[in-house]
Amino acid sequence: MATLQLNNIVKDFGGTQVIKGVDLEVKDREFVVFVGPSGCGKSTLMRMIAGLESTTSGEIAIDGERINEVGPADRGLAMVFQSYALYPHMSVEDNMGFSLRLAKVPKAERREKVLSAARILQLEPLLDRKPRALSGGQRQRVAIGRAIVRNPSIFLFDEPLSNLDAALRVQMRIELARLHEELDATMIYVTHDQIEAMTMADKIVVLQDGLVEQIGSPMALYHHPCNRFVAGFIGSPKMNFLDVEVREASSEGINVALPGGDCRVPVDGRGVSAGDTLTLGIRPEHLKLDDEGPLTGKIVVIERLGGVTSLYLEHGDSEWILVADGDVAHRVHDQVRFSFDPTCGHLFKGDGEALDHLHRHPLVDIDRKQNRVSSAPGDQ
Amino acid sequence: MNPTMTKKLLLTLLAWGIALIVFFPIFWMILTGFKTEGEAVATPPSLFFEPTLAGYHTVMARADYLKFALNSIVISFGSTLLALIVAIPAAYSMAFLPTKRTQGTLLWMLSTKMLPPVGVLMPVYLLFRDMGLLDSQLGLTIVYMLMNLPIVVWMLYTFFKDIPKDILEAGRMDGAGTVQEVLYLLLPLTLPGIASTGLLSVILSWNEAFWSLNLTTSDAAPLTAFIASFSSPEGLFWAKLSAASTLAIAPILIFGWMTQKQMVRGLTFGAVK
Repeated sequence: MATLQLNNIVKDFGGTQVIKGVDLEVKDREFVVFVGPSGCGKSTLMRMIAGLESTTSGEIAIDGERINEVGPADRGLAMVFQSYALYPHMSVEDNMGFSLRLAKVPKAERREKVLSAARILQLEPLLDRKPRALSGGQRQRVAIGRAIVRNPSIFLFDEPLSNLDAALRVQMRIELARLHEELDATMIYVTHDQIEAMTMADKIVVLQDGLVEQIGSPMALYHHPCNRFVAGFIGSPKMNFLDVEVREASSEGINVALPGGDCRVPVDGRGVSAGDTLTLGIRPEHLKLDDEGPLTGKIVVIERLGGVTSLYLEHGDSEWILVADGDVAHRVHDQVRFSFDPTCGHLFKGDGEALDHLHRHPLVDIDRKQNRVSSAPGDQ
Repeated sequence: MNPTMTKKLLLTLLAWGIALIVFFPIFWMILTGFKTEGEAVATPPSLFFEPTLAGYHTVMARADYLKFALNSIVISFGSTLLALIVAIPAAYSMAFLPTKRTQGTLLWMLSTKMLPPVGVLMPVYLLFRDMGLLDSQLGLTIVYMLMNLPIVVWMLYTFFKDIPKDILEAGRMDGAGTVQEVLYLLLPLTLPGIASTGLLSVILSWNEAFWSLNLTTSDAAPLTAFIASFSSPEGLFWAKLSAASTLAIAPILIFGWMTQKQMVRGLTFGAVK
């Protein structure tokens, strides 16, 4: 059982604010992912929660109790570092049992706890090895094992997969998700990789320049980004943006001018008037090749991934990315026509803020656990 | 022969050349120690001669070698131990909790090595006289500790800096206080570096002559004073002096020989990654 609250926390490094007032509520057993570009403050935020950085102002509370002044070891948290930070001179067993040794836990009990963590992570055959004799994935598992042994109320992961190769990263991602299920613990995870964020999180916190841009479920961020930054950051390839002029706006929707004719985007248009310039956002996967389509473009680059093909299009000075079927036969320099379903479109005001969609996407509030087969449904 | 082989051969020859040049005076000194006084000053010098232990006999008869050697051992190892005890916390704070002034402090510490020791001889001498530290092992131990401290702190600082901060932070998350962090993580991880730092400090203390000659007379006099006592006013006796010098450097030479692997490893620690 553990919840975490951040109340308006600020971090100031000698006059430079890197965290500029963050509020966050992490529920018990939730998997929360901090995501954002390099330098957005996500790692600093995690280190403040861990107690490795002091908090300039604001309050951090676990289960409602203020912990600002509590030392890192006494917060009941465990952290997995990007570099794994294993103790190079100790065996796997000693690495995992170090916290217990410091806590003066008797040797037999220590061994038992280490063994049970090793069993979860299939590390038993490696217990006598030194870290340097392990592969990257094994080191990663030892680092996680060291965290499990501490039986923390909250697990903190600081970009734990970024040193692994792509295939291993996918495997560890699944393993971590399974581990979350198995341990039923609260986890906070930092990454710059939006795919990790989308696939693992119950709740994503998008950060930029030390501020929270948006907090929500992966589907909520995907379908209802609250501003242009989040819209561009979540989803791959990036959302297409195009400046458009408003023809007509009402609470029922907005008509905007496009090169091949007007289109109606179902967003709340109150406060917007005809003649205003807005930014239209459409995800590459929502654009489709359409010989009758209103939009045209010349193909500049084709990326074939087998299952899908990304087309990079140019039209005048606007650029588009379109994700098409894997079997499209087009070649570079071809002129193509394309269209999109206006209900998938997003409109952003000049300051980047999104206009609210009239309809919530049905999957926005889906529980992440429904995406997986639970190992023991309903036993908790 | 291909070019890389030629290059390797030339480098090997160069290394041997330098090593021989550096070693030659020591070799000559050892050789001279086994000559008679006459042979020792002969020109041209004789390379082949009948070795004699006469020089050693005189030296051993005239002075208590073991007492000097014991003083050298106590003082150089004692000062090294003391320097490490003081320098480890200092280097820790500079490496892991640096402030704006850390770099300046390090440079300032090193700059004290550029001061000619004779410049502070008078105050140190007077202080030692008033505190009763003249001609005592403790006095010389303190002076050597202070003398080597800048180098010891610098070396430990560079070794500590090579330790990833993450490892110590992981230790802190695991519940280690500063003392446990140093004892269980930092010291084991930097042991090769600490060992080579210690060895260097021992050797520097062993070879130091200025302070030992000025602050000791008999009771605490180390081997440097032992050698000096053979440069007598009635002229130099090269064979006896060489014999005395050989005796003085023998322990540290053997010590250095045994620990050379450790020393090289420590001194190149962090240089090759």
